[in-house]
Amino acid sequence: MTFQKYLVLAGVALFSSAGDSLLARGMKDLGGVSLHHLSSLIFAILDPWVTCGILLLLAFFASYMSALSWADLTYVLPASSLGYVLVALAARFAFHEAISPARWLGIALITAGVGFVAVGPSLTPSRKHGNVPAKVISQEAQS
Amino acid sequence: MKEVYTWAAIAMIVAASTTGDVLLSHAMKEVGDVGELWKRHGLLKVVGRVLATPTFFLGLLAMAVAFYSLLFGLSWGDLSLVVPASASLTFVANAFAARIFLHERVGRRRLLAALLVAGGVALMAI
Repeated sequence: MTFQKYLVLAGVALFSSAGDSLLARGMKDLGGVSLHHLSSLIFAILDPWVTCGILLLLAFFASYMSALSWADLTYVLPASSLGYVLVALAARFAFHEAISPARWLGIALITAGVGFVAVGPSLTPSRKHGNVPAKVISQEAQS
Repeated sequence: MKEVYTWAAIAMIVAASTTGDVLLSHAMKEVGDVGELWKRHGLLKVVGRVLATPTFFLGLLAMAVAFYSLLFGLSWGDLSLVVPASASLTFVANAFAARIFLHERVGRRRLLAALLVAGGVALMAI
């Protein structure tokens, strides 16, 4: 793992949590969406908060795609778990949502679980021994 | 009714996200290391190779469904419930899906982590 790859994982966590927080801010402005007016979800993207949230989520998507190109899915998701903590902090301090002690404990357990798994290798070794798609094999052969 | 809508949205987010994650991960493994590709052939080559992978678009479609489910969920539930609950349940579902469909090695460590995450989600629903 290079420093650049750790930066990509940090980007996955930061952009995801910031994007989700801005989306939440925008959706609170719009209020509850009824099942009879689902079309209002389409126009929700015109809200400035939702638009900014979408831009950040696009940055998240680019980082996420990059990470998935060199690491297992079951490594990328937990390794970027810091986002859960950031969302909880944003919910508490930016949106003044009440978070009960049970929820704080839940967030701690989730973070511990995903952090625990992130300690292992980033890529399943067997992929290098025959479980690699043809395109990647030809690319490795060229290098 | 508010809680029913919130949890229905969370269930939809988990199903669509897991499908999307598996498809996108499969697509990106076919593309290869994006950083290396960019260094050797430039950004256009990377974009071209990603766009030439059919599972990328299927994954994108599933992610779009997950995104609108998230908007629906956020309009009814608290950010501190909808986002962590859906994300962590997606993590557990992804552990099984990655093992089955992507043949990733999901050993004791990753299974134990899945249990910790599931416990965390249960606490958050109280």
